[in-house]
Amino acid sequence: MWSSWSPLRRLQRIAVSASRPAAAGNNNYIGGMQRREQSALAHRVYITRKVPPEGLEIVRRCGRVKFELWDSDDPVPRDELLKKVKGVDGLLCMLTEKVDAELLDAAGPNLKVLSTMSVGFDHLCLDELKKRGIRVGYTPDVLTDAVAELTVALLLATSRRLIEAAHEAKTGGWGTWRTLWLCGYELANSTVGILGLGRIGVAIAERLKPFKVKKFLYTDVAPRPQLAEMINAEYVSLEELAKQSDFLAACCALTPETQGICNRKLFSQMKKNAIFINTSRGGIVNQEDLYEALSAGQIAAAGLDVTTPEPLPTDHPLFKLKNCVILPHIASASYTTRNAMSALAANNLLAGLRGEPMPKELEL
Amino acid sequence: RCGGLLVRVPPLPAAGCKVSLWDSDEPIPRTDLLQGVSGAHGILCLLSDRIDAEVINAAGPNLKVISTLSVGFDHLAVGEIKKRGVRVGYTPDVLTDATAELTVALLLATARRIPEGVEEVKNGGWSSWKPLWLCGYGLSGSTVGVIGLGRIGLAIARRLKPFGVKRLLYSGRTSKPQAAEVDGEFASLDRLVSESDFVVVSCSLTPETQGLCDKALFSKMKKTAVFVNTSRGAVVNQEDLHEALSSGRIAAAGLDVTTPEPLPTDHPLLKLKNCVILPHIGSATYSTRGIMAELCANNLLAGLTGSAMPSELAL
Repeated sequence: MWSSWSPLRRLQRIAVSASRPAAAGNNNYIGGMQRREQSALAHRVYITRKVPPEGLEIVRRCGRVKFELWDSDDPVPRDELLKKVKGVDGLLCMLTEKVDAELLDAAGPNLKVLSTMSVGFDHLCLDELKKRGIRVGYTPDVLTDAVAELTVALLLATSRRLIEAAHEAKTGGWGTWRTLWLCGYELANSTVGILGLGRIGVAIAERLKPFKVKKFLYTDVAPRPQLAEMINAEYVSLEELAKQSDFLAACCALTPETQGICNRKLFSQMKKNAIFINTSRGGIVNQEDLYEALSAGQIAAAGLDVTTPEPLPTDHPLFKLKNCVILPHIASASYTTRNAMSALAANNLLAGLRGEPMPKELEL
Repeated sequence: RCGGLLVRVPPLPAAGCKVSLWDSDEPIPRTDLLQGVSGAHGILCLLSDRIDAEVINAAGPNLKVISTLSVGFDHLAVGEIKKRGVRVGYTPDVLTDATAELTVALLLATARRIPEGVEEVKNGGWSSWKPLWLCGYGLSGSTVGVIGLGRIGLAIARRLKPFGVKRLLYSGRTSKPQAAEVDGEFASLDRLVSESDFVVVSCSLTPETQGLCDKALFSKMKKTAVFVNTSRGAVVNQEDLHEALSSGRIAAAGLDVTTPEPLPTDHPLLKLKNCVILPHIGSATYSTRGIMAELCANNLLAGLTGSAMPSELAL
C-alpha cells in the first residue's frame, strides 16, 4: 500500500512539513495553509492519491490552496471520494477515478477545474464536464518518451521471446547453444503498422527505424500527413494494416469508435508470424478473440500493457499462453516521467484555479 | 573424398562432399568429436565445440578448413590452427542486426523492469495503477557507454540514439572514425563507467578483456546505472557483479552470456530481482540463423576447394 521505494517516502515526509495530523486509521492528509490563514480566497482541492513529490510540492507551496490528499499508493474508495469532493474548487485525479455525473453532482457547483495525471481521458465524462463549465487539464507530451520506450521494450520482449528465455535460464531448460532454440522474429526488413497515429505512434516509429524496418504503415480516422511525414509512413485502411504488418502496434485513444476494434476480424486478417502490441487502452481489444487468435496460431504473439479489467485476474486464460506477454500498465513508469506528470498536473490545477491558461488544457 | 563433422543446422548445400553429421540438437561429446574428425578435410562447428590442438591433431594432415557458425572465435585455438595452415571461416555481419536488436531488447527489459512486471501480473501483485510502482530508468536524456564499438557495438549505438540518449561514449584500443555517425565520444574506460547511465559491453573476448568487468569497474559506476553484457561471459567477474547488484552498488544488470553456459540453476545471480539473464540468444532469429548456416556452409565449401571464402577470419 505504501510506496515501495523508501527514499522517495523520506523525501515526501520532508517536503510535506508538519501540519494537522491525520486522524488515526484515516488515509486523508490535510495540508496547505494553517487554520488561521484560511480565508474566503482559499481554494479547496482534493487530490485522489499520494502523487509523486514534485507535484505535491507545487501544490503545497501555493499559498492560496488548502488541499486534502488520499495519502496512499492505492486508489481512494468510491464512497470516500464522493464524500471528500463536496464543495471543492479543484480536483486532481488519476485514471482510476471515474469522473461522471455522480461524482460531479457530489462535488457541487464550486468545482472549476479537474486535473488528471494521465494523457488518456476515457475515465472522464467530457459532456458532463463541459455542461458544467469545468476546465480540464491532462498530461500529454511529458510521458511520450517513456510510453514509446516501453512500447518498443514490450514489442522486443515479445518478438524475441525474452520472458520464455529468462524462464528457461532459471528453470534448467537451458542446455548448450542450439541453432534453432528460442528463435524469434526480427524487425529488420519488416513492415510495422501503427493503429492510431498520434504523438506516441510517431515516437514509437522513430525508435523502431534504426532496426532496419522496411516500411511504416498507419491507419486512423483520417490521414495525418504532418505526423506521417515525420516517419515516412503510408496511410492505409485498417484491413490493409492487418494484412501487411509484421508488427502491429495499437496507439489509438479509447473512444466509442475504437472500443473492441481489435477483434476476430482484425486478427483473422493478420499474418501468421505477426506480433500484436497494445499499450493504449485495454478496451480497444476483444480479449476473447485475442485468446482465440493466439492459441490457434492466427498470429505469432501479443504483448499487452493494458487490459480489461485492470488488474487482470490471475486465472485469466491469456496467462496460459506462452506467446502472450502481459505487463501491469507501466508504460509511463519512469521516475523522471511520473514526477514530470505530477508537476504538470499540479500546474494545470493551479492555473485553472487562478482562471489562467493551463500548460496543457484538454479541449472539450 | 572429404569428410566433415556437422551439428544440426538448417538444410545446407553439400555439393560433392561426403558429410558426417552429429545429428542432434545436443553438443557432440568430446570422444565422439575426436573420433569423428579423423581424416576430415573440413570441420563445421558451433561455438560450444572447443577446437584446440587435441582436436586438430586428431583430425590429421587432411584438415584444410574449420568453419564456425558464429562470429566469436574464442573457442578456436587460433595459434595452433594458423601453425598448420588451416583456414577459418566465421559469420560476421549477418548476425549483427539480430544481436544488436537483442542487446537493446535486454537493456530495455532490464531498465524498465519487464520480467518483474510480468511476474507481478501473474502472481497477483498487480492491484491497480500506482504513480511510483515499478518505476524504471529511461533512456531519454541519458549517457550510454559502449565498451567496444565494433560492428555490433555500432549497431547497438544506432538503435539507442532515437530514444533520446544525450551522450554516447565508447571505449576501446583506438578511436573509430565510424563513431562519428552516432556522435560517439571516445573515452577512457574509467571515464565511460563513471559517467554512463547505461554500460553496454560489446567487445570480443581476449586475454586483455578477460575479467574486465570486475569489482573495480563496478565501484566506479553510478548507483542508478544499468549494466548489459551480450559479448562473452568471461568478460565479467560474476562474483563481483553479484556483490555489486545485491549491495545496490549499481541498479541492475542484463546478461545474455555467462560463465559457464548454461548457468547452473542455483547460481546466485539467478535469484536477484535486478538481474535479467537470457540463455545466449543474441542471434536467435529464424532468418538470421538460416543466413548464418548458409554462410557457414559456403565458407566451408570455399575452403575445401581452395577458393576465396565469403567470410574468412584473418589469422
